[in-house]
Amino acid sequence: MRLKTRVSAYTLSCALIWSSGALAQQQKAEVLHWWTSAGESAAVKVFADQFTKAGGTWVDNAIAGGVNARAAGINRMVGGNPPTMLQFNTGKQFDELVTNDLLRDVDKQAQAGKWRDIMPKSIVEASVRNGKFYAVPVNIHGQNWLFYNTKVFADAGLEPPKTFPELIATGEKLKAKGIIPIALGGQPTWEHNLFRAVLVGNGGADLFRKFYGSRDQQAVKSPKFKETVELFGKLRGLVDPGSPGRNWNDATALVITNKAAMHFNGDWAKGEFIAAGQTAGKEYGCTLVGDGSSGKLVIGGDVFVFPASKDKAALAVQDKLIEVLLDPASQLEFNKKKGSIPVRLDVDVSSMDACAERSHAVLRDPSNQVEAMELLSTPNFSGAIQDAVTQYWNNPNMSADAFVEKVIGAMRDAS
Amino acid sequence: MDTISIRAPSISAPRATVRHRIRTRLPASLALLPTALVVLVVYIGCLLWTVRLSFTSSALLPKLDWVGLAQYSRLFANDRFLTSAENILIFGCLFISGCLILGFLLAVFIDQNVRGESLFRTVFLYPYAMSFVVTGVAWQWFLNPGLGLQKLVRDMGFPNFTFDWLVNQDMAIYTIVIAGIWHGAGLTMAILLAGLRGVDGDLWKAARVDGIPTWRVYISVVLPLLRPMIVTATVLLATGVVKLYDLVVAMTLGGPGIATEVPAKFVMDHLFERNNIALGTAAATIMLIAVVSVLAPWVYARYIRSQGRLG
Repeated sequence: MRLKTRVSAYTLSCALIWSSGALAQQQKAEVLHWWTSAGESAAVKVFADQFTKAGGTWVDNAIAGGVNARAAGINRMVGGNPPTMLQFNTGKQFDELVTNDLLRDVDKQAQAGKWRDIMPKSIVEASVRNGKFYAVPVNIHGQNWLFYNTKVFADAGLEPPKTFPELIATGEKLKAKGIIPIALGGQPTWEHNLFRAVLVGNGGADLFRKFYGSRDQQAVKSPKFKETVELFGKLRGLVDPGSPGRNWNDATALVITNKAAMHFNGDWAKGEFIAAGQTAGKEYGCTLVGDGSSGKLVIGGDVFVFPASKDKAALAVQDKLIEVLLDPASQLEFNKKKGSIPVRLDVDVSSMDACAERSHAVLRDPSNQVEAMELLSTPNFSGAIQDAVTQYWNNPNMSADAFVEKVIGAMRDAS
Repeated sequence: MDTISIRAPSISAPRATVRHRIRTRLPASLALLPTALVVLVVYIGCLLWTVRLSFTSSALLPKLDWVGLAQYSRLFANDRFLTSAENILIFGCLFISGCLILGFLLAVFIDQNVRGESLFRTVFLYPYAMSFVVTGVAWQWFLNPGLGLQKLVRDMGFPNFTFDWLVNQDMAIYTIVIAGIWHGAGLTMAILLAGLRGVDGDLWKAARVDGIPTWRVYISVVLPLLRPMIVTATVLLATGVVKLYDLVVAMTLGGPGIATEVPAKFVMDHLFERNNIALGTAAATIMLIAVVSVLAPWVYARYIRSQGRLG
C-alpha cells in the first residue's frame, strides 16, 4: 500500500513536471501568413509582440504570396501537422476546410466578445458557417478607392471626379495636358479590380451582388450592365501604353511622382505613399467614385483560422491568440501599419490618417458596405470572370455584347 | 544511346554459374531498388492519381467521385486553354528551331579558332546560368515601350520608332520566344561545339583537297555527323518547352489579356489559385497525352524498330 502510494506520488509528480514542460512548449504558436512586404511585416509584428508580452512564443512562418501560403497551410492541415493559426482572405477560401471538419469553431469566443455587434455585418457573415464563427477577422480593406495626386489636379484646375462619366471627361482633359489620366497595373488581377470599381460605382451595390453573388443572368443582360461594361471599355483610352504587365506598386509610383493623376486600388496602396513620405489629404487624396453620394465601399480583408485540435494546451494557445488579435490596442496599431481599418467599429480611429477616417465614416452606414468579390463568389468563378475581363480590356475590338456572352458562359459553367 | 541486350541465362548452364550470377547481381539490384520504388510510387503513382482526379469534381481538396469526361468538355470549351495550347505550339516550334540554328551558328563561329574563344564561350553560355525568372524580368524591362528599347531609340532621335511587341496582343508570344532563345541558345552552342570538336580533322583535309567550299562541308558532312548532339539538344530544349511557366509569369503574367497563357500556367492557376483541382488535373492529363504522343513515334523508331531490324 505504502509502496503503491509512493509509486503513484512519483508518477504524479513526473506527470506534473512533464506536463508543465509540455505546457511551456505548447505556449508556442506557429503562425502561417503571407505578410512579407515591409509594411505588412511591421504590421504582423504588432501581433507577435503582443503575444510575446502575454507570455507566449510566436513562431513566424511567413510564405511570400497568398497562393503559396494557402497551399502550404492546406497541405499541412491535410497531412495532420497544422500550424497553430493560419491566414486566409475574408471570404470563401476556407469553405471546404469547414465542411471537412478541419477548422475549430470559435463561436464561444465570438459570443463572449460580442463580435456580431462590433463588426460589419458582411464581415460577420463571411466568417460564419452554419451559424458559428470559424474565422477571426482582423482588418477591413476597402478595395475600390480612387487615389489621386492633389498637385496634378490643382495645376490642371480640375476637381476629383465623383461619377464615372465625369471621370472620363476629366481624364480626357488631363490626357490633353500630357498626363497619364489613370495609372493601371496591367495584370489580370488589377484589370479585374478596376472592373469591380466601375461595376459597383456605376452599376450600384445591388448589381454588384447579383453579378458575383447570385450570378443573375437577367441582371447581366440588363441595359445598366451593358452601359457599365461600355464605360469600363472607354477607360482603356485613359491608360498609358506601358500598362500591360506592370506591377500595381509601379502604377502607384506613377501617381506619387506626378506622372499620373489617378489610380484605382485597395487601401493597401497607402503603404507606397507612406513609404514615399507622403501624407493622405496633402500630396494625395482618396475618394470613392459612384453616384455622387458618399460612395459605396467594397470591403474584404484578412482572417485567421484555427485548425481543429483535441489537445487542450493547443486550444489554450489559440484562445490567447484570439484575444491578442482583437484587442483594441493591437487592432489600432496593426491596422495603422497595414493600411486597413480595424475590424471592430468600436475602436477610436481619430489617430489614423484621413483615408482611414473616411473609410471608417463611410462604413458607419451599413448601406454603404458592399461585400468584396472574395466574400460573394468562389475562387473558380472569380477566376473565370477575370479571364473574361482581361480579354475584354486588352482587346478594344471586343464588343460589350461579346463580353456579356462570355460572362453568361462562365456563370453557367464555373463551379 | 545504344541499347544493351541482356541475354537470359540458358537453362543448360551449370548451377554454379547461375548462383554466381545472382550473387554478383544482387547488390546492384538492391542498390537500384530504392530508386525504382521512388519512380514507381512517386512518379507513376502521382501520375495515375492526377489522371484519376481529372475524372472527379474536386475543388479545393481532392475527392473521389466520378463525373466522366465533364472536365474535359469544359476544358475544350475554355478559350484560355485553347489559346494556351496554340501558344505552346508556336513557342515550341520557334524556340527549338531558333535555338538550334542560332546555337549552330555560334558554335561554327567559335570553331573558327577565334581569339578569346573562352571569353566568347562564357558570354554565350552565361544566359543559361540565369533562372527564367531573372531572364523574364530583364527582358520585360528591355522590351517595355516606356522604359527599354523603344524609348532608347526614340531618345536617340527616331521619334517614330515603334517596338511594342510586349504589350501587343498579337505579338507578345514572340517576345517570349526571343527571351527563350536568348536563354537557351548558349547551351545548344556548347553541345554542338563539343560535337564540332569531335569531327575528324582528316575529313576537313580531304574536303580541302577536293576543293569543297567550307559552308558546304558544314552542311553536307559535319551536320549529319552532329546528329546525336542535335538530338540531345532537342530533347533538352523540348523539356523546357513543356514546363514553360516561370518565364511567362516573370515576363507577361500571361498577358496582355490571355495572349501569352501557356498550359503549365493554366494548370498551376487552377490547382492553387482557383480551387479547381479537377480542371487543373484534366489540363495536366492533356499535356501528358500530348507529350507521350510526340515521344512515342520517336521512341518506337529509335529503340523498338531498330532493335527488331537488327534481330
